[in-house]
Amino acid sequence: MAEAIMNTITKPRQGAWTGKRIALIVGLLLAVVIVPIAFQGFQELSFFVRVLAIAAIYVILALGLNIVTGYAGLLNFGYAAFYAMGAYASVVVGNLVIDMIAKIGNVGLREFLTGSTWIAMLPVAAVVAALAGLALGAPVLRLRGDYLAIVTLGFGEIVRLLAVNDFLGLTRGAMGVSTTQVNPVGLTWLQDNARLTFGGFDFMFSVNLYWYFAAVAIIIFTIFVIRRLDDSRLGRSWVAMREDEIAAESVGVNVMTAKLWAFALGAMFGGLAGVIFANSQGFVSPESFIFMESAMIVSMVVLGGMGSIPGVIVGALLLAGIPEVISGVAQSPLLSGLISAETASSISSYRYLAFGLLMVVMMAVRPQGMIPSKRRAQELQPDDMRIVEDEDQSSWTVEHGARHDL
Amino acid sequence: MSLVEAINTTMQFGGLKAVNELNMHIEEGEIVALIGPNGAGKTTFFNMLTGIYKPTSGELTFAGGSVAGKKAHQICRLGIARTFQNIRLFSNMTTLENVMVGRHTRSKAGPWQAVLRSPGFKREEKATVDAAYQRLQFVGLASSANELAKNLPYGAQRRLEIARALATDPKLLLLDEPAAGMNPQESAELTKLVGRIRKSGVTVLLIEHDMKVVMDIADRIYVLDFGELIAEGKPEEIQKNPKVIEAYLGVGAEAMLAQA
Amino acid sequence: MALDTLVQQMINGITLGGMYALVALGYTLVYGIMLMINFAHSEMFMAGAYVGLFALTGLSNPKLVGAGTAHFFTSSGFGLVLLFVLVFLIAMIAVGCLGMFIERVAYRPLRNAPRLAPLISAIGVSIFLQNAALLWIDSRALPFPQLFPVKDITIYKTASISTLQILILVTVVVLLLCLDTFVSRTRIGKAMRATSQDRDAAGLMGVNINTVIALAFFIGPALGAVAGIFSGMYYGTVHWGMGFIPGIKSFTAAVVGGIGNLRGAMIGGFVLGILEALAAGFLSSGYKDVIAFIVLILVLIFRPGGLLGESVVEKV
Repeated sequence: MAEAIMNTITKPRQGAWTGKRIALIVGLLLAVVIVPIAFQGFQELSFFVRVLAIAAIYVILALGLNIVTGYAGLLNFGYAAFYAMGAYASVVVGNLVIDMIAKIGNVGLREFLTGSTWIAMLPVAAVVAALAGLALGAPVLRLRGDYLAIVTLGFGEIVRLLAVNDFLGLTRGAMGVSTTQVNPVGLTWLQDNARLTFGGFDFMFSVNLYWYFAAVAIIIFTIFVIRRLDDSRLGRSWVAMREDEIAAESVGVNVMTAKLWAFALGAMFGGLAGVIFANSQGFVSPESFIFMESAMIVSMVVLGGMGSIPGVIVGALLLAGIPEVISGVAQSPLLSGLISAETASSISSYRYLAFGLLMVVMMAVRPQGMIPSKRRAQELQPDDMRIVEDEDQSSWTVEHGARHDL
Repeated sequence: MSLVEAINTTMQFGGLKAVNELNMHIEEGEIVALIGPNGAGKTTFFNMLTGIYKPTSGELTFAGGSVAGKKAHQICRLGIARTFQNIRLFSNMTTLENVMVGRHTRSKAGPWQAVLRSPGFKREEKATVDAAYQRLQFVGLASSANELAKNLPYGAQRRLEIARALATDPKLLLLDEPAAGMNPQESAELTKLVGRIRKSGVTVLLIEHDMKVVMDIADRIYVLDFGELIAEGKPEEIQKNPKVIEAYLGVGAEAMLAQA
Repeated sequence: MALDTLVQQMINGITLGGMYALVALGYTLVYGIMLMINFAHSEMFMAGAYVGLFALTGLSNPKLVGAGTAHFFTSSGFGLVLLFVLVFLIAMIAVGCLGMFIERVAYRPLRNAPRLAPLISAIGVSIFLQNAALLWIDSRALPFPQLFPVKDITIYKTASISTLQILILVTVVVLLLCLDTFVSRTRIGKAMRATSQDRDAAGLMGVNINTVIALAFFIGPALGAVAGIFSGMYYGTVHWGMGFIPGIKSFTAAVVGGIGNLRGAMIGGFVLGILEALAAGFLSSGYKDVIAFIVLILVLIFRPGGLLGESVVEKV
């Protein structure tokens, strides 16, 4: 009996594996693989691959933040801090490891190991970021919406400032740290063997393409984990907590623990994104983790549709992709005859202006985002702890220090 | 040892004593009713029992241990569950999912097992669904298992809240005005349901304004007014108690008593 | 710990604190009435600095106002005073209007939206304004004309107070007193207080909520503009991103004093300024911003009611 029920209840929420759905997913996977390869093959379009790689990293970030904000309903305006920690951890620890490996005599083994270091850095960054997530989450759990926003913003800035001030001598301040130059595992083989030339199409496996696929692998892993969590005891407690925190507590959900899990898991994915970023760029500096970045990631989640995986992905692709595309197109050989270099670079600068405007307009026009989650009735959990309405007092809303005497 | 014992329990908000030196006890297997005019402090008392408020003074024990200062989810784990005066369901979850959340304290699978889909996880999920479905059957909502909670009719929502509370395997169930807004037929069904709950081994404390329901099911009644206990006893005694009639039943009391 | 360093840092701290207090008032005014953190308020500070810069340059430019006027403004004592008063007034009015405009366009449509929407919108406005300044004025930092005669007056050994610091302190105190009187004595001031206590009840009593809100969005930004000009004079430069960190610090000050509480914002501003100056003087100036953030986080977590607010119980 329960089997039958179980089949029906899990399917409507996550969708049945109908033929149509499978076809859609297969189609998407094919596109994800083939499109960038196609771009790589045409010289004028090859810069798009870099755009896709960057956008893919933001997709990971947006998915990670979505756990915290979209599922658990907690604002985080300092998410870039976890991104930064993953990136710095990856570089600092990775360089150490590579130095150690350099002592190995066997060239083949040595190259294989150094090339695989970035993969070994993934769990390292994940742990570092997750711990940071716990450290941030623990003290702020009881804070209300906008206060939480400011505190997380503060945390993000603290991390950035520590990096700028050469924290523990590891981060080298504003100059940043570079990864030791190595060929990531498999790249040389792919560059030698994965080639295809016919007509105007000249494809060679590039570094950008490598990191693009690395990011995509992480994205798939992220989606996999999130969907499994969604349909679990923890996932249910997140939804319950978001719907009605007091009712959830009364029914036995330890809301504090659930929030901590959200912070830690959300942060973890930020850390993973940091590894890809650090290794694809070869260099990490505090400039990449300014508040604007955190704000952008929040916007990707909010504008894309909080709590909705496709929404958040679309949000990230658009917000990260479009400005990069514009800069890329403006500076590419395609239009070099049409616009001057100054115009090209100022078009790039306009992206933040447009971004700011977009945020204002979206909130006024479509606050639920582009692809709203089917489940979400409201953007954010009711942030005042509405106590059960007693007969003698009207509902007690807890205002944090809102002493309204001007 | 009583299941619930309140000794001089007081709840003070600033200058207002919402509950003033309440002394009461509940024995296992009883159905006790808490009645009184609006503003008497009944829901406040519920809130104290369930950890939402911390008593300002006095003692409040459950199964021998004090509940004062414990968090709501801890108290739930100890065995107290409740429903709310204004229904607080998880509106955008299905009926079944609402009750599944109720199994939270009686299950333990963590995120690791969830991601790995370990055999232990799968077993527990199945057990959770089974247990939830059973509770739905118990309250008569099995056919609406996959409906969104917000789409249920009012009476069904009240029953769902009860099912969710029962899913926590409580020793004590607190019902806050379960019959509110119900027609006589629904109230009669509810009375039967409460009887079945008692038979299943759960002690019940309920707040109710519907006197027919109260008189039908309650073993004992406590009457509060302005935060103070003004009467206690069996239903027949309370019905005749002049203080109660004066404070609560007021005008038209004769007519009401004649019906009860 | 040298005593003269202490004295110097106290002087610096109070000056800095005065500026923070002015900006903090803007945050607290808006939050008290609308329960909203106006993220764009830091850009009012920046806008004030730019408007002040242009007004100052413009009014002292012989080509624009005539050689005689320019000379009058820049050379005679009275002219200088008049010049600065004009500059401040122009900036206050301009930025005040900007503030009202932003409220009308970006926030009013969201009055009944969930709390997240105005916050995101405010961030959008902040980003827009910063980049507008970057793109349409200048991406580089611009120098602020040093027209005010700055002299140091020695107080105690190496500790000195500059005439500029005196000007800032005097102006801040005057403005704070004016605001305090306005809010406690005038009719509309009382209307503002009523609205911040209970918006609906105030409305039912005949208070025009839109007017009160518009006023808050005029006064707050206007005060922020004054602080911005002072910042330009004090540090000598004006930059499109100059509002961000002072904004956060001022918000911290508002929270420390008890968000929604005007006197608290004033006190909080001075407290934060002094703390920062002492930290910069005795610890390290690189980490002074970190200290401000840490204070913010600690206050929000442990005493969200601030110094003058109530210690509000989390779960009632």
